[in-house]
Amino acid sequence: MKQVYSVPKSLRPVSTHYCPGCTHGIIHKLVAETIDELGVRDRAIGVASVGCSVFSYDYFDCDFQQAAHGRAPAVATGIRRTVPDAVVFTYQGDGDLASIGTAEIVHAAMRSENITVVFVNNAIYGMTGGQMAPTTMVGQRTTTSPEGRIKGLAGEPIRVSEMLATIPGATYVARVSTTSPAHIAKAKRAIKKAFEVQLAGGGFSLVECLSTCPTNWGMSPVEAMEWVDKNMIPYYPLGEFRTPEGGQTNG
Amino acid sequence: MAGRKLFKGNEAVAEAAVRAGCRYFFGYPITPQNEIPEYMSRRLPEVGGAFVQAESEVAAINMVYGAAGTGARVMTSSSSPGISLKQEGISYIAGADLPCLIVNMVRGGPGLGGIAPAQSDYFQATRGGGHGDYHLIVYAPASVQEMVDLTLGAYDVAERYRMPVMILGDGVLGQMMEPVSFPDQMAPDRPAPEWATRGARDGRTPRLINSIYLKPEELYKHNLDMAERFEKASANEVRYEEVLADDAELLLVAYGTTSRVCRAAIEKLRERGIKAGLFRPITVSPFPYDALSKRAKSAKAVLTVEMSMGQLVDDVKIAVAGAAPVHFFGTTGGVIPKASDIAEYAAGIVGEEVR
Amino acid sequence: MKKVVVNEAKCKGCGVCVNFCPKSALAMADRINSKGYHPAELANEAACISCGICGRVCPDAVIEVFKP
Repeated sequence: MKQVYSVPKSLRPVSTHYCPGCTHGIIHKLVAETIDELGVRDRAIGVASVGCSVFSYDYFDCDFQQAAHGRAPAVATGIRRTVPDAVVFTYQGDGDLASIGTAEIVHAAMRSENITVVFVNNAIYGMTGGQMAPTTMVGQRTTTSPEGRIKGLAGEPIRVSEMLATIPGATYVARVSTTSPAHIAKAKRAIKKAFEVQLAGGGFSLVECLSTCPTNWGMSPVEAMEWVDKNMIPYYPLGEFRTPEGGQTNG
Repeated sequence: MAGRKLFKGNEAVAEAAVRAGCRYFFGYPITPQNEIPEYMSRRLPEVGGAFVQAESEVAAINMVYGAAGTGARVMTSSSSPGISLKQEGISYIAGADLPCLIVNMVRGGPGLGGIAPAQSDYFQATRGGGHGDYHLIVYAPASVQEMVDLTLGAYDVAERYRMPVMILGDGVLGQMMEPVSFPDQMAPDRPAPEWATRGARDGRTPRLINSIYLKPEELYKHNLDMAERFEKASANEVRYEEVLADDAELLLVAYGTTSRVCRAAIEKLRERGIKAGLFRPITVSPFPYDALSKRAKSAKAVLTVEMSMGQLVDDVKIAVAGAAPVHFFGTTGGVIPKASDIAEYAAGIVGEEVR
Repeated sequence: MKKVVVNEAKCKGCGVCVNFCPKSALAMADRINSKGYHPAELANEAACISCGICGRVCPDAVIEVFKP
């Protein structure tokens, strides 16, 4: 028998704390597969954020630092500057990156820090129990938007990839989804490309991964994936917003 | 040591850090310490290091966290409002047992305050500053040369106890020029510490830099370990200076810039026949409680002098523990006390207590 | 050896693999694992084409896929 799918080696053989069906696990696998395929596990240094991915250091089998909420790009900058041949990546959620960490992500992109950011957008604060995030959809109910996010009060969700794509230093910016085998295959290609940009010394790369939160959305895992396709993708279009070649493939 | 050169305090502390092995600086401009990042932006590239002007003090201290976690000798500097912003990262750095060097050239507060020298960040510096149970090792130099000497040893101390070291200066120490000498040799390169995250190479087990302990028993244990290291620092690293203290009936206690003014005040008091002396803490954290306690027993009164509304005086009261009355003379907001005013106030105490 | 090997003890029973299996070869088992979940299983080995999709979509990295 030939093995056609195996679990990536850069992922530790442990059970994660993620809820059943949470797509964090899929994104972890894609990052770990990329590290395996590029053969960089022994020089990879990850930076974990605050939120559901706080324990990602327990799942990736490489060196890690745990950052304060939103500060992962700053911590990664400190690592980047001191270990020139390291492969430095942050793994951040939307509360972390798109709210409290906006300054850090914008300026890491501005400096074109040679790091890779894996940005997980599930439109909610998962770890703290389902509060409204800057990425929460208008009308989406959360524990702090009980009547649904109201545009007139909380504004409309922030499109991080589009915003960062306006920054000259952002070498590679893409948005992908994790809600179907085809989307996952594209997500893998984007994540690998982002790491390849870093390995080539190309500067800042970020992949925004649309993700689910079945528990806090109150849906089954499959319903949650369908919800992303129906509600999030139209607002958060998929594609590459910046590439080293200068091309864009939106939609 | 090479010959003495005239150096501004801010530039001297930066050069001393470089001689001590600092190769990475992350900072953000704020008066009155701007010469430090400016100097480092020129100097670090010369020695193969890196300077990053961060987007904020918050980002700068988190860059320090990342760099310190790789085992590098790293530094940041700021002044009071900026140090407040850094407290988040300082707490994480302390919680993750990382060594680093932080310089605070204190200015008047609270809020935006002013840009003139003050000592009103004493509580913040000596009581941790950020959230959680931790201490920094805090040096309070009184001259540019002393700032250099303390900085030269700062990384060794920070690495020995695995906690941040702070140089607590002020606008006077940062801005004034004094002749200083530096060691000719740079600190030798050292191997990366066994906890540093630089990639799990050669098959070693991956490492983690972290301050999260969700199990109460584990966090308790971590805090006990931190406290034990600070206890050791308290036993080994406490420094102080005494001036004419042996026969002092009136013991002045002051640190940093204020201690310089107090030296002049003591002279004035001695000229008037008042047996005054000075106790100067050099480490304000750990504080020289035992030494001050011993000295206070032979004094009839103690006078704390500081550029704040009464912060050092708390530690003095803890040390003196009722052995003598503890008086307080303070100026704040950027006003430096005059030797004559201190002497006048001290003479008043003498009238009440000493004679 | 089966074409789809599920690490049953780690499976959280989310059903994502079952949903995306193009040949409906997977199903949730009736039994319950130590975590309290019904694990996924290869219910119809003959239908399985070893495409690997179940492995790729599994959020918990509990599925490995083999081709005869």
